[in-house]
Amino acid sequence: MAHAYTPGLRVAEKVKIQKSRVLPLPGEILVKRGDKVKAETVVAKTELPGKVFPVNVAGRLSIPPGDVPKYMLKKEGNAVEKDEIIAESKSFLAWLRASCFSPIKGTIESISTVTGQVLLREPPQPLEVKAYIDGEVVEVMEGEGVVVETVVTFIQGIFGIGGETVGPLEVAVDSPDAVLTPERIKGAHKGKVLVGGSLVRKEALDKAIKMGVKGIVVGGIFDEDLKELLGYDLGVAITGSENIGLTLVVTEGFSQISMVKRTFELLQGHAGMKASINGATQIRAGVLRPEVIISLPGGAPPGAEEVPVEGGMEVGDMVRIIREPHFGRIGRVKGLPVKPQTIETETSVRVVEVKFTDDSSVIIPRANVELIKL
Amino acid sequence: MVHDPKELKVILATDCGSTTTKAILIEKKGEEYRQTYRGEAPTTVEAPFEDVTRGVLNAFTELEELSGRKILEGERILTPAQDNTGVDIYVSTSSAGGGLQMMVAGAVKTMSAESAQRAALGAGAIVTSIIASNDQRLPHERIELIRQNRPDMILLSGGTDGGTVTHVVELAEYIAAANPKARLGTTFKLPVVYAGNRNAREKIHQTLEDRTVLHITDNIRPTLETENLLPARQKIQELFLEHVMAHAPGYKKLMTWTSTPIMPTPAAVGAIVEDAAKRHNINIIGVDIGGATTDVFSVFDGNFTRTVSANLGLSYSVSNVLAEAGVENIMRWIPFDIAEADLRNRIKNKMIRPTTIPQLLEELKIEQAIAREALRLAFEQHKSLAVGLKGVQKVRDISELFLVREEETLVNMLTLDLLIGSGGVLSHAPRRSQAMMMLIDAFQPKGLTRIAVDSIFMMPHLGVLSSVHPEAAQEVFEKDCLVPLGPCISVVNEGRPGEACLEVKITRPGGKEIKDSIPFGELWLYPLSTQEEADIEVSPTRQFDLGKGKGESIKKKVQGGVVGLVIDSRGRPLRLPGDRAKRMELLMRWARALDAYPR
Repeated sequence: MAHAYTPGLRVAEKVKIQKSRVLPLPGEILVKRGDKVKAETVVAKTELPGKVFPVNVAGRLSIPPGDVPKYMLKKEGNAVEKDEIIAESKSFLAWLRASCFSPIKGTIESISTVTGQVLLREPPQPLEVKAYIDGEVVEVMEGEGVVVETVVTFIQGIFGIGGETVGPLEVAVDSPDAVLTPERIKGAHKGKVLVGGSLVRKEALDKAIKMGVKGIVVGGIFDEDLKELLGYDLGVAITGSENIGLTLVVTEGFSQISMVKRTFELLQGHAGMKASINGATQIRAGVLRPEVIISLPGGAPPGAEEVPVEGGMEVGDMVRIIREPHFGRIGRVKGLPVKPQTIETETSVRVVEVKFTDDSSVIIPRANVELIKL
Repeated sequence: MVHDPKELKVILATDCGSTTTKAILIEKKGEEYRQTYRGEAPTTVEAPFEDVTRGVLNAFTELEELSGRKILEGERILTPAQDNTGVDIYVSTSSAGGGLQMMVAGAVKTMSAESAQRAALGAGAIVTSIIASNDQRLPHERIELIRQNRPDMILLSGGTDGGTVTHVVELAEYIAAANPKARLGTTFKLPVVYAGNRNAREKIHQTLEDRTVLHITDNIRPTLETENLLPARQKIQELFLEHVMAHAPGYKKLMTWTSTPIMPTPAAVGAIVEDAAKRHNINIIGVDIGGATTDVFSVFDGNFTRTVSANLGLSYSVSNVLAEAGVENIMRWIPFDIAEADLRNRIKNKMIRPTTIPQLLEELKIEQAIAREALRLAFEQHKSLAVGLKGVQKVRDISELFLVREEETLVNMLTLDLLIGSGGVLSHAPRRSQAMMMLIDAFQPKGLTRIAVDSIFMMPHLGVLSSVHPEAAQEVFEKDCLVPLGPCISVVNEGRPGEACLEVKITRPGGKEIKDSIPFGELWLYPLSTQEEADIEVSPTRQFDLGKGKGESIKKKVQGGVVGLVIDSRGRPLRLPGDRAKRMELLMRWARALDAYPR
């Protein structure tokens, strides 16, 4: 039997995961190995260098760049206050003196004799990295970050926008095929992660942002709404840094597509629990998919190990059809013919026979299905 | 592995594309090398594997199934070849790793900064930001932008050789102050390529050496009137391999399997195209449209130019084709009604699930419509960058700077002999006539042009093989790789649809004559197989031009192809009616003329 590699999104009820929490610059680690942490716990911190402001001293004082150091009242590394004089031209007559003031509070970074510029830097900005998930610190990378491990319910989305956020999970629709309409979004949803069904439109997203909803997990979205939401046409799927007011995790794709029943039930079953979600998606190198992580209470029970992912698709496996026709339908692999078959486009491709719950079956190119690992 | 070329009997080659990993077997049959089997699998940079070698192994497994040859023992490639087991050599190309994101900085926005942009684009980068001393930003805004951007690389230019150093050193000071971090990995220092005023090198070095990995190349604008992009392009591409491709998951492991260094896919395709042009002394344009990028190669009068449009492709970058071309430009090629919202969703779904293929005819037509626009945009980019002798020193009048007109580029469609299409959408088009139509619509050849496709997308494999065994690569290229689609004769000026345009006389082998009058605005196909030659005489009426002047005929012996001889009287530039119904009717008529789709 031929194996076919088909990437699949993970939907796991109970799985042990590890999350690296790494600082963008070296800094200080605030926890130690074995510590129990909450998603909100600050595990590491650092200081981002402050913003830099150049001052054209040579120009202001009408002197050659090479002479700038002679006119400086402050040296490299010196602290300065906002509006403090940092350089001054020399004259016996005070009213003939020209002065350069510091536009910021900070330090003198550098003095250039080529350009006559003085660079001033604001004080560093503190930056904290939180644990993002409830769990235990299992590794400390000194100065860089930590690894947090825990047992969770883990759901991978297909596309998302916005970064990490944490909030209690609330299901806002009755079924996986329901649309998350503006009417379903209430004031009480402030600070929560809402679960929608098959679709969320722009009006509902706007209302959710207005109500202070932290995140939305939903089956489908329309591209025209995404364009309006972002204010531009997303060209390449590299997301996560958007600042639209909430984090969005799409589980199925673009269009109205019912959320996979299993995914919906898992989310429904964990309503009220803390969910850590991240919309960051990167489909090119360094592949990243959005995620919903629900930390399970009680630590790691025996047997909750990471299940190694098998390489092949085999008869009996559950698959989702990911392109027209039958886009979004779920079925089981009935057959994997070795010989390529000719499809409507007249292309000869390797196919998979997929059987649906109503016993009907269809032939689909193998490239157009993805495994659903449970 | 066997290293003496003469000893090579069985060659295994892969191309790890951003979407699909393609493996081929080349075997020595008697005295000739032929490509025998092909297997493919989705490229596995995606979760759950995140290891490019899994896709390679899957492609090998398919190859084993189809060929009956045992290639693998577990995850080890069996060598040397014996009977029906093992291979003598394994070579590979790779374009996995995604795009190259660059920031460019130049002293003057419309001069050195624009030259830097051309150099970066030509090297295959997505230019994320352009910084210039006169870009209207406040200095601290520039510094903040550099810091926030997190590119893979910065190209810094500015000042002519011997000119003022102040502006470019100022830009360097901003870069140093921003202390930018590389997009991939927090431990790497950001590579900066300096290609500005020669006299500023020492100051630039002092300013940037501590905070970046500085590389210095020749000035891209040594004088105001000259532009020298090649050294900077080459340096960028070199650093791209070191800093970006090497981060593709599993890439390091793959390097230990191959017998020769892994070649970037565009470089391999370029090698084969350049070689073919030299061997036959012809002008060639080659295009390779992939999932993430579209590469265009041209050789005109011996001058080779390669451009990589890192953001135009049919899977990962498909949504960017929509963003750059605009939805109307894509919809103009679709011969049926489709709502804009539906089209947008389908394109985004392809972006997020890049390995899917069209199963319905309607989906195929949409994909081919997008391909036309991706090819058109990539070609436009190529024309604007293909300037000067091998990209070096194109003298321009100062008043005409950057108004790149067609006659200024090296690309002259009237002297183009051969147009080669490659990449899944062209090589795997279910009917070859679909590939021919896509190439004609996107490139709009003028006069007489031969058109071919890479049969099963093996130009990358042959390009890398040519570094080991050029004769074998050439033999397979001519016998198995290139599929001649046929010649295309095109009207080069504009007219009114239905106007008397061409008189065609074709004398087929055996003396049989065909005579036709073709009005303006049509596509006509005459059967003429690859093995057949015909004498043709195409005479335009006095207001029409086939590239030799109005009313001047083309009289020539031409060889056929798998599609046949195409006469394109639609004029240049090709204009489609604004009216939706009329346009769709025309598109269907042209498709029927070439028998492009099942009825």
